[in-house]
Amino acid sequence: MALTAYAIIRLRNLFAVVILSGIFSLLAALLYVLLTAVDVAFTEASVGAGISTLLMLATLSITSEYEKKPAHSAVLPILIVVVTGAALIYGTLDMPLYGAADAPANLHLIPRFIEQSGTEIGIPNIVTSILASYRGYDTLGETVVIFTAAIGVLVLLGRGHNRWRPGMRKSVTPEDREEEV
Amino acid sequence: MMDLSVEIPGLFNYWIVIILMMAGFYIVISHGNLVKKIVGLNVFQVSVFTLYISMSKIDGGAAPILDETIKSYSNPLPHVLILTAIVVGVATTALGLALIVRIRDAYGTIEEDDIIELERTDT
Amino acid sequence: MNNHSVLRVVSKFMIPYILLFALYVQFHGDFGPGGGFQAGVIFAAAFILYGLIYGIENARKVLPATATRILLALGVILYAGVGFAGIYFGGNYLDYNVLAATATGGQHLGIFLVEFGVGTTVAATMVTIFFVFSGQDF
Repeated sequence: MALTAYAIIRLRNLFAVVILSGIFSLLAALLYVLLTAVDVAFTEASVGAGISTLLMLATLSITSEYEKKPAHSAVLPILIVVVTGAALIYGTLDMPLYGAADAPANLHLIPRFIEQSGTEIGIPNIVTSILASYRGYDTLGETVVIFTAAIGVLVLLGRGHNRWRPGMRKSVTPEDREEEV
Repeated sequence: MMDLSVEIPGLFNYWIVIILMMAGFYIVISHGNLVKKIVGLNVFQVSVFTLYISMSKIDGGAAPILDETIKSYSNPLPHVLILTAIVVGVATTALGLALIVRIRDAYGTIEEDDIIELERTDT
Repeated sequence: MNNHSVLRVVSKFMIPYILLFALYVQFHGDFGPGGGFQAGVIFAAAFILYGLIYGIENARKVLPATATRILLALGVILYAGVGFAGIYFGGNYLDYNVLAATATGGQHLGIFLVEFGVGTTVAATMVTIFFVFSGQDF
Protein backbone atom coordinates (compact mmCIF):
# COMPACT_ATOMS: atom_id res chain seq x y z
CA MET A 1 0.00 0.00 0.00
CA ALA A 2 2.84 2.36 0.83
CA LEU A 3 4.34 1.65 -2.61
CA THR A 4 1.05 2.48 -4.29
CA ALA A 5 0.83 5.71 -2.30
CA TYR A 6 4.37 6.61 -3.36
CA ALA A 7 3.50 5.95 -7.02
CA ILE A 8 0.43 8.18 -6.66
CA ILE A 9 2.67 10.99 -5.42
CA ARG A 10 5.20 10.67 -8.25
CA LEU A 11 3.05 10.07 -11.29
CA ARG A 12 1.76 13.01 -13.21
CA ASN A 13 -0.58 11.11 -15.53
CA LEU A 14 -3.88 11.51 -13.73
CA PHE A 15 -5.39 8.47 -15.44
CA ALA A 16 -2.73 6.23 -13.91
CA VAL A 17 -3.14 8.00 -10.58
CA VAL A 18 -6.86 7.29 -10.48
CA ILE A 19 -6.38 3.61 -11.36
CA LEU A 20 -3.70 3.38 -8.70
CA SER A 21 -6.06 4.85 -6.14
CA GLY A 22 -8.49 2.08 -7.06
CA ILE A 23 -5.76 -0.50 -6.50
CA PHE A 24 -4.98 1.23 -3.22
CA SER A 25 -8.60 0.83 -2.10
CA LEU A 26 -8.61 -2.83 -3.12
CA LEU A 27 -5.45 -3.47 -1.10
CA ALA A 28 -7.09 -1.72 1.83
CA ALA A 29 -10.10 -4.03 1.45
CA LEU A 30 -7.77 -7.04 1.50
CA LEU A 31 -6.19 -5.71 4.68
CA TYR A 32 -9.62 -5.36 6.30
CA VAL A 33 -10.39 -9.00 5.56
CA LEU A 34 -7.16 -9.96 7.31
CA LEU A 35 -8.24 -7.77 10.24
CA THR A 36 -11.57 -9.71 10.33
CA ALA A 37 -13.67 -6.70 9.36
CA VAL A 38 -15.58 -8.45 6.59
CA ASP A 39 -18.41 -5.94 6.30
CA VAL A 40 -16.01 -3.04 5.97
CA ALA A 41 -13.91 -4.91 3.42
CA PHE A 42 -17.03 -5.57 1.37
CA THR A 43 -17.96 -1.90 1.41
CA GLU A 44 -14.46 -0.70 0.66
CA ALA A 45 -14.11 -3.05 -2.30
CA SER A 46 -17.43 -2.06 -3.85
CA VAL A 47 -17.42 1.63 -2.99
CA GLY A 48 -13.78 2.68 -2.80
CA ALA A 49 -12.44 0.56 -5.61
CA GLY A 50 -15.55 0.60 -7.76
CA ILE A 51 -17.75 3.68 -7.65
CA SER A 52 -15.12 6.15 -6.47
CA THR A 53 -12.67 5.22 -9.25
CA LEU A 54 -15.47 5.37 -11.79
CA LEU A 55 -16.49 8.87 -10.71
CA MET A 56 -12.92 10.10 -10.90
CA LEU A 57 -12.57 8.66 -14.41
CA ALA A 58 -15.79 10.44 -15.38
CA THR A 59 -14.32 13.69 -14.06
CA LEU A 60 -11.09 13.11 -15.97
CA SER A 61 -13.01 12.59 -19.19
CA ILE A 62 -14.55 16.03 -18.66
CA THR A 63 -11.36 17.77 -17.51
CA SER A 64 -7.74 17.24 -18.46
CA GLU A 65 -5.74 14.07 -18.14
CA TYR A 66 -2.30 15.42 -17.31
CA GLU A 67 -1.09 17.30 -14.33
CA LYS A 68 1.09 20.37 -14.65
CA LYS A 69 4.62 20.24 -13.34
CA PRO A 70 4.52 21.71 -9.83
CA ALA A 71 5.83 25.27 -9.75
CA HIS A 72 6.77 25.44 -6.10
CA SER A 73 9.62 23.55 -4.54
CA ALA A 74 8.61 20.52 -2.52
CA VAL A 75 10.85 21.30 0.46
CA LEU A 76 8.29 23.11 2.62
CA PRO A 77 5.50 20.50 2.25
CA ILE A 78 7.98 17.68 2.98
CA LEU A 79 9.16 19.53 6.07
CA ILE A 80 5.59 20.01 7.32
CA VAL A 81 4.75 16.37 6.62
CA VAL A 82 7.85 15.03 8.36
CA VAL A 83 7.27 17.19 11.44
CA THR A 84 3.59 16.21 11.67
CA GLY A 85 4.44 12.56 11.14
CA ALA A 86 7.11 12.63 13.83
CA ALA A 87 4.67 14.22 16.26
CA LEU A 88 2.07 11.55 15.48
CA ILE A 89 4.59 8.71 15.90
CA TYR A 90 5.58 10.18 19.24
CA GLY A 91 1.89 10.14 20.13
CA THR A 92 1.55 6.44 19.27
CA LEU A 93 4.05 5.43 21.95
CA ASP A 94 1.25 5.59 24.52
CA MET A 95 -1.28 3.75 22.37
CA PRO A 96 -2.46 0.22 23.27
CA LEU A 97 -0.63 -2.58 21.47
CA TYR A 98 -2.00 -4.15 18.32
CA GLY A 99 -4.43 -6.97 19.07
CA ALA A 100 -4.64 -6.26 22.79
CA ALA A 101 -7.97 -7.44 24.19
CA ASP A 102 -7.80 -5.02 27.11
CA ALA A 103 -7.42 -1.84 25.05
CA PRO A 104 -9.75 0.90 26.35
CA ALA A 105 -11.69 0.94 23.09
CA ASN A 106 -12.64 -2.72 23.55
CA LEU A 107 -13.72 -2.59 27.19
CA HIS A 108 -16.76 -0.34 27.34
CA LEU A 109 -20.12 -1.26 25.88
CA ILE A 110 -18.63 -3.76 23.44
CA PRO A 111 -18.84 -6.86 25.68
CA ARG A 112 -22.46 -5.96 26.29
CA PHE A 113 -23.16 -5.69 22.57
CA ILE A 114 -21.49 -9.02 21.93
CA GLU A 115 -23.30 -10.83 24.75
CA GLN A 116 -26.75 -9.26 24.52
CA SER A 117 -27.34 -8.55 20.85
CA GLY A 118 -28.03 -12.22 20.13
CA THR A 119 -31.00 -12.25 22.51
CA GLU A 120 -32.10 -8.61 22.18
CA ILE A 121 -32.02 -8.26 18.41
CA GLY A 122 -32.00 -11.89 17.36
CA ILE A 123 -29.76 -11.63 14.31
CA PRO A 124 -26.28 -13.11 14.10
CA ASN A 125 -24.41 -10.26 12.41
CA ILE A 126 -23.44 -7.90 15.25
CA VAL A 127 -22.35 -5.22 12.79
CA THR A 128 -25.83 -5.09 11.28
CA SER A 129 -27.57 -5.02 14.64
CA ILE A 130 -25.42 -2.16 15.89
CA LEU A 131 -25.69 -0.32 12.59
CA ALA A 132 -29.44 -0.44 12.26
CA SER A 133 -30.66 -0.75 15.83
CA TYR A 134 -28.31 0.39 18.58
CA ARG A 135 -26.94 3.23 16.49
CA GLY A 136 -30.08 3.82 14.44
CA TYR A 137 -29.92 7.60 14.78
CA ASP A 138 -26.35 7.58 13.54
CA THR A 139 -27.23 5.62 10.43
CA LEU A 140 -30.24 7.86 9.80
CA GLY A 141 -27.83 10.80 9.87
CA GLU A 142 -25.48 9.06 7.43
CA THR A 143 -28.34 8.34 5.05
CA VAL A 144 -29.34 11.99 5.14
CA VAL A 145 -25.72 12.98 4.43
CA ILE A 146 -25.67 10.77 1.32
CA PHE A 147 -29.02 12.19 0.27
CA THR A 148 -27.65 15.71 0.72
CA ALA A 149 -24.56 14.89 -1.33
CA ALA A 150 -26.76 13.68 -4.17
CA ILE A 151 -28.80 16.89 -3.97
CA GLY A 152 -25.57 18.90 -3.96
CA VAL A 153 -24.27 17.17 -7.08
CA LEU A 154 -27.61 17.73 -8.77
CA VAL A 155 -27.54 21.42 -7.88
CA LEU A 156 -23.97 21.81 -9.13
CA LEU A 157 -24.17 19.81 -12.33
CA GLY A 158 -27.78 18.89 -12.92
CA ARG A 159 -30.18 20.28 -15.45
CA GLY A 160 -30.67 24.01 -15.56
CA HIS A 161 -26.96 24.72 -15.55
CA ASN A 162 -26.19 23.16 -18.88
CA ARG A 163 -27.20 26.12 -20.98
CA TRP A 164 -24.46 28.41 -19.69
CA ARG A 165 -21.67 25.91 -20.06
CA PRO A 166 -20.25 26.65 -23.52
CA GLY A 167 -18.63 23.71 -25.23
CA MET A 168 -19.49 21.32 -22.45
CA ARG A 169 -22.87 19.88 -23.27
CA LYS A 170 -24.53 19.30 -26.55
CA SER A 171 -27.61 21.47 -26.61
CA VAL A 172 -30.29 23.24 -24.66
CA THR A 173 -33.11 20.85 -23.89
CA PRO A 174 -36.78 21.76 -24.17
CA GLU A 175 -37.09 21.53 -20.40
CA ASP A 176 -34.35 24.11 -19.97
CA ARG A 177 -36.14 26.49 -22.32
CA GLU A 178 -39.30 26.10 -20.29
CA GLU A 179 -37.39 27.02 -17.18
CA GLU A 180 -36.07 30.17 -18.83
CA VAL A 181 -39.60 31.30 -19.61
CA MET B 1 7.95 3.15 29.85
CA MET B 2 8.07 -0.39 28.54
CA ASP B 3 10.96 -2.06 26.83
CA LEU B 4 11.08 -0.80 23.26
CA SER B 5 11.89 -4.20 21.76
CA VAL B 6 8.42 -5.39 22.83
CA GLU B 7 6.70 -2.22 21.76
CA ILE B 8 7.93 -2.03 18.17
CA PRO B 9 5.87 -4.89 16.70
CA GLY B 10 2.88 -3.85 18.82
CA LEU B 11 2.78 -0.33 17.45
CA PHE B 12 3.72 -1.16 13.89
CA ASN B 13 0.13 -0.82 12.65
CA TYR B 14 -0.04 2.80 13.85
CA TRP B 15 3.18 3.62 12.06
CA ILE B 16 1.92 2.19 8.77
CA VAL B 17 -1.19 4.31 9.22
CA ILE B 18 0.88 7.41 9.89
CA ILE B 19 3.06 6.82 6.82
CA LEU B 20 -0.03 6.49 4.61
CA MET B 21 -1.66 9.46 6.28
CA MET B 22 1.37 11.64 5.68
CA ALA B 23 1.53 10.47 2.05
CA GLY B 24 -2.07 11.64 1.60
CA PHE B 25 -1.36 14.88 3.46
CA TYR B 26 1.68 15.52 1.27
CA ILE B 27 -0.37 15.04 -1.90
CA VAL B 28 -3.01 17.46 -0.63
CA ILE B 29 -0.65 20.26 0.33
CA SER B 30 2.00 20.00 -2.36
CA HIS B 31 0.06 19.35 -5.56
CA GLY B 32 -1.87 22.04 -7.38
CA ASN B 33 -4.06 19.73 -9.42
CA LEU B 34 -7.50 19.51 -7.86
CA VAL B 35 -8.23 15.90 -8.94
CA LYS B 36 -4.96 14.83 -7.39
CA LYS B 37 -5.90 16.65 -4.20
CA ILE B 38 -9.08 14.56 -4.07
CA VAL B 39 -7.02 11.39 -4.57
CA GLY B 40 -4.79 12.56 -1.73
CA LEU B 41 -7.80 13.08 0.49
CA ASN B 42 -8.92 9.55 -0.34
CA VAL B 43 -5.53 8.14 0.65
CA PHE B 44 -5.77 10.08 3.90
CA GLN B 45 -9.29 8.78 4.45
CA VAL B 46 -8.28 5.15 3.89
CA SER B 47 -5.45 5.56 6.39
CA VAL B 48 -7.92 6.76 9.02
CA PHE B 49 -10.18 3.79 8.25
CA THR B 50 -7.21 1.48 8.66
CA LEU B 51 -6.42 3.07 12.00
CA TYR B 52 -9.91 2.34 13.31
CA ILE B 53 -10.06 -1.19 11.91
CA SER B 54 -6.63 -2.10 13.26
CA MET B 55 -7.72 -0.86 16.69
CA SER B 56 -10.76 -3.13 16.57
CA LYS B 57 -8.69 -6.27 15.96
CA ILE B 58 -8.30 -8.55 18.96
CA ASP B 59 -5.80 -11.41 18.97
CA GLY B 60 -7.64 -14.60 18.12
CA GLY B 61 -10.88 -12.72 17.57
CA ALA B 62 -13.20 -13.84 14.80
CA ALA B 63 -15.33 -11.69 12.51
CA PRO B 64 -18.27 -10.29 14.54
CA ILE B 65 -20.95 -12.71 13.34
CA LEU B 66 -22.44 -14.66 16.21
CA ASP B 67 -21.87 -18.39 16.32
CA GLU B 68 -22.08 -20.94 19.10
CA THR B 69 -18.56 -22.23 18.64
CA ILE B 70 -16.75 -18.89 18.71
CA LYS B 71 -15.65 -17.36 21.98
CA SER B 72 -13.86 -14.16 21.01
CA TYR B 73 -14.90 -11.54 18.47
CA SER B 74 -13.30 -8.43 17.05
CA ASN B 75 -14.72 -5.16 18.25
CA PRO B 76 -17.75 -4.51 15.99
CA LEU B 77 -18.29 -0.84 16.82
CA PRO B 78 -15.39 0.58 14.74
CA HIS B 79 -16.59 -1.60 11.87
CA VAL B 80 -20.00 0.08 11.99
CA LEU B 81 -18.50 3.55 12.17
CA ILE B 82 -16.16 2.94 9.25
CA LEU B 83 -18.83 1.19 7.18
CA THR B 84 -20.91 4.33 7.15
CA ALA B 85 -17.83 6.55 6.86
CA ILE B 86 -16.78 4.83 3.61
CA VAL B 87 -20.12 5.46 1.95
CA VAL B 88 -20.27 9.03 3.21
CA GLY B 89 -16.69 9.40 1.99
CA VAL B 90 -17.63 8.47 -1.56
CA ALA B 91 -20.60 10.83 -1.43
CA THR B 92 -18.38 13.73 -0.40
CA THR B 93 -15.81 12.72 -3.02
CA ALA B 94 -18.54 12.92 -5.63
CA LEU B 95 -19.50 16.38 -4.37
CA GLY B 96 -15.85 17.48 -4.55
CA LEU B 97 -15.53 16.16 -8.10
CA ALA B 98 -18.72 17.98 -9.07
CA LEU B 99 -17.20 21.19 -7.71
CA ILE B 100 -14.06 20.51 -9.77
CA VAL B 101 -16.14 20.15 -12.93
CA ARG B 102 -17.84 23.47 -12.20
CA ILE B 103 -14.47 25.12 -11.49
CA ARG B 104 -13.21 23.78 -14.81
CA ASP B 105 -16.22 25.41 -16.50
CA ALA B 106 -15.68 28.74 -14.81
CA TYR B 107 -11.89 29.00 -15.18
CA GLY B 108 -11.00 26.48 -17.90
CA THR B 109 -8.38 24.82 -15.72
CA ILE B 110 -8.12 22.59 -12.67
CA GLU B 111 -4.66 23.73 -11.61
CA GLU B 112 -4.67 25.81 -8.45
CA ASP B 113 -1.84 28.11 -9.59
CA ASP B 114 -3.58 28.95 -12.85
CA ILE B 115 -6.81 29.72 -11.02
CA ILE B 116 -5.05 32.09 -8.64
CA GLU B 117 -3.32 33.72 -11.61
CA LEU B 118 -6.64 34.20 -13.41
CA GLU B 119 -8.21 35.69 -10.30
CA ARG B 120 -5.35 38.16 -10.01
CA THR B 121 -5.57 39.32 -13.60
CA ASP B 122 -9.35 39.65 -13.43
CA THR B 123 -9.44 42.03 -10.51
CA MET C 1 -18.65 1.07 -26.46
CA ASN C 2 -21.41 0.10 -28.88
CA ASN C 3 -19.25 -2.11 -31.07
CA HIS C 4 -17.77 -4.42 -28.48
CA SER C 5 -19.94 -7.45 -29.04
CA VAL C 6 -18.14 -9.53 -26.39
CA LEU C 7 -18.78 -6.83 -23.81
CA ARG C 8 -22.40 -6.50 -24.84
CA VAL C 9 -23.15 -10.21 -24.65
CA VAL C 10 -21.23 -10.78 -21.42
CA SER C 11 -22.78 -7.80 -19.69
CA LYS C 12 -26.25 -8.85 -20.81
CA PHE C 13 -25.52 -12.17 -19.14
CA MET C 14 -24.01 -10.58 -16.03
CA ILE C 15 -26.45 -7.80 -15.17
CA PRO C 16 -29.30 -10.00 -13.88
CA TYR C 17 -26.88 -11.81 -11.62
CA ILE C 18 -25.45 -8.55 -10.33
CA LEU C 19 -28.95 -7.38 -9.47
CA LEU C 20 -29.74 -10.72 -7.85
CA PHE C 21 -26.52 -10.58 -5.86
CA ALA C 22 -27.39 -7.06 -4.71
CA LEU C 23 -30.74 -8.28 -3.44
CA TYR C 24 -29.06 -11.22 -1.72
CA VAL C 25 -26.62 -8.88 0.00
CA GLN C 26 -29.50 -6.61 0.97
CA PHE C 27 -31.67 -9.25 2.59
CA HIS C 28 -28.95 -11.55 3.86
CA GLY C 29 -27.18 -8.74 5.72
CA ASP C 30 -28.65 -9.98 9.00
CA PHE C 31 -26.80 -13.27 8.81
CA GLY C 32 -23.59 -12.62 6.94
CA PRO C 33 -21.60 -9.64 5.80
CA GLY C 34 -23.70 -7.22 3.86
CA GLY C 35 -26.46 -4.71 4.31
CA GLY C 36 -28.05 -1.67 2.80
CA PHE C 37 -24.92 0.31 2.01
CA GLN C 38 -23.17 -2.46 0.08
CA ALA C 39 -26.34 -3.67 -1.62
CA GLY C 40 -27.17 -0.17 -2.81
CA VAL C 41 -23.76 0.25 -4.35
CA ILE C 42 -23.88 -3.14 -6.11
CA PHE C 43 -27.37 -2.44 -7.38
CA ALA C 44 -26.21 0.90 -8.74
CA ALA C 45 -23.17 -0.78 -10.29
CA ALA C 46 -25.47 -2.94 -12.42
CA PHE C 47 -27.19 0.14 -13.85
CA ILE C 48 -23.88 1.92 -14.34
CA LEU C 49 -22.54 -1.11 -16.23
CA TYR C 50 -25.62 -1.06 -18.41
CA GLY C 51 -25.14 2.66 -19.02
CA LEU C 52 -21.48 2.21 -19.95
CA ILE C 53 -22.08 -0.63 -22.39
CA TYR C 54 -25.38 0.29 -24.01
CA GLY C 55 -25.17 4.07 -23.80
CA ILE C 56 -26.48 6.41 -21.13
CA GLU C 57 -29.60 7.28 -23.14
CA ASN C 58 -30.76 3.66 -23.05
CA ALA C 59 -30.00 3.36 -19.36
CA ARG C 60 -32.06 6.50 -18.81
CA LYS C 61 -34.98 4.80 -20.52
CA VAL C 62 -34.77 1.93 -18.03
CA LEU C 63 -34.45 4.26 -15.08
CA PRO C 64 -35.71 7.80 -15.78
CA ALA C 65 -34.36 10.80 -13.89
CA THR C 66 -37.68 11.30 -12.11
CA ALA C 67 -37.62 7.72 -10.84
CA THR C 68 -34.13 8.03 -9.33
CA ARG C 69 -35.09 11.28 -7.64
CA ILE C 70 -38.23 9.81 -6.14
CA LEU C 71 -36.30 6.74 -4.94
CA LEU C 72 -33.64 9.03 -3.48
CA ALA C 73 -36.17 10.71 -1.24
CA LEU C 74 -38.19 7.56 -0.65
CA GLY C 75 -35.30 5.77 1.07
CA VAL C 76 -34.82 8.56 3.60
CA ILE C 77 -38.58 8.85 4.12
CA LEU C 78 -38.82 5.08 4.71
CA TYR C 79 -36.05 5.24 7.31
CA ALA C 80 -37.53 8.23 9.10
CA GLY C 81 -41.00 6.73 8.74
CA VAL C 82 -39.94 3.57 10.57
CA GLY C 83 -38.81 5.88 13.37
CA PHE C 84 -42.21 7.57 13.50
CA ALA C 85 -43.95 4.19 13.35
CA GLY C 86 -42.11 3.41 16.59
CA ILE C 87 -43.67 6.49 18.19
CA TYR C 88 -47.09 5.62 16.76
CA PHE C 89 -47.02 2.16 18.36
CA GLY C 90 -46.09 3.64 21.71
CA GLY C 91 -42.30 3.42 21.77
CA ASN C 92 -39.49 5.90 21.25
CA TYR C 93 -38.26 7.21 17.93
CA LEU C 94 -36.53 4.35 16.04
CA ASP C 95 -37.61 1.88 18.72
CA TYR C 96 -38.27 -1.34 16.81
CA ASN C 97 -39.39 -3.49 19.74
CA VAL C 98 -42.98 -2.30 19.47
CA LEU C 99 -43.35 -2.91 15.73
CA ALA C 100 -44.33 -6.58 16.06
CA ALA C 101 -45.73 -8.94 18.65
CA THR C 102 -42.35 -9.97 20.05
CA ALA C 103 -39.34 -7.75 20.66
CA THR C 104 -36.99 -9.70 18.41
CA GLY C 105 -39.68 -9.90 15.72
CA GLY C 106 -40.00 -6.13 15.88
CA GLN C 107 -36.26 -5.73 15.67
CA HIS C 108 -36.16 -8.00 12.63
CA LEU C 109 -38.88 -6.01 10.89
CA GLY C 110 -37.38 -2.66 11.85
CA ILE C 111 -33.87 -3.56 10.72
CA PHE C 112 -35.23 -5.02 7.49
CA LEU C 113 -37.13 -1.84 6.63
CA VAL C 114 -34.35 0.49 7.70
CA GLU C 115 -31.75 -1.40 5.68
CA PHE C 116 -34.08 -1.33 2.72
CA GLY C 117 -34.39 2.45 3.07
CA VAL C 118 -30.61 2.81 3.24
CA GLY C 119 -30.16 0.57 0.21
CA THR C 120 -32.71 2.53 -1.83
CA THR C 121 -31.12 5.87 -1.05
CA VAL C 122 -27.56 4.67 -1.69
CA ALA C 123 -28.46 3.02 -5.00
CA ALA C 124 -30.41 6.07 -6.19
CA THR C 125 -27.60 8.39 -5.09
CA MET C 126 -24.89 6.48 -6.92
CA VAL C 127 -26.95 6.17 -10.10
CA THR C 128 -27.87 9.87 -9.99
CA ILE C 129 -24.29 10.97 -9.44
CA PHE C 130 -23.01 8.79 -12.26
CA PHE C 131 -25.64 9.98 -14.72
CA VAL C 132 -25.07 13.60 -13.77
CA PHE C 133 -21.33 13.18 -14.31
CA SER C 134 -21.85 11.67 -17.72
CA GLY C 135 -23.92 14.71 -18.58
CA GLN C 136 -27.16 12.96 -19.39
CA ASP C 137 -29.33 13.96 -16.51
CA PHE C 138 -32.34 15.14 -18.39
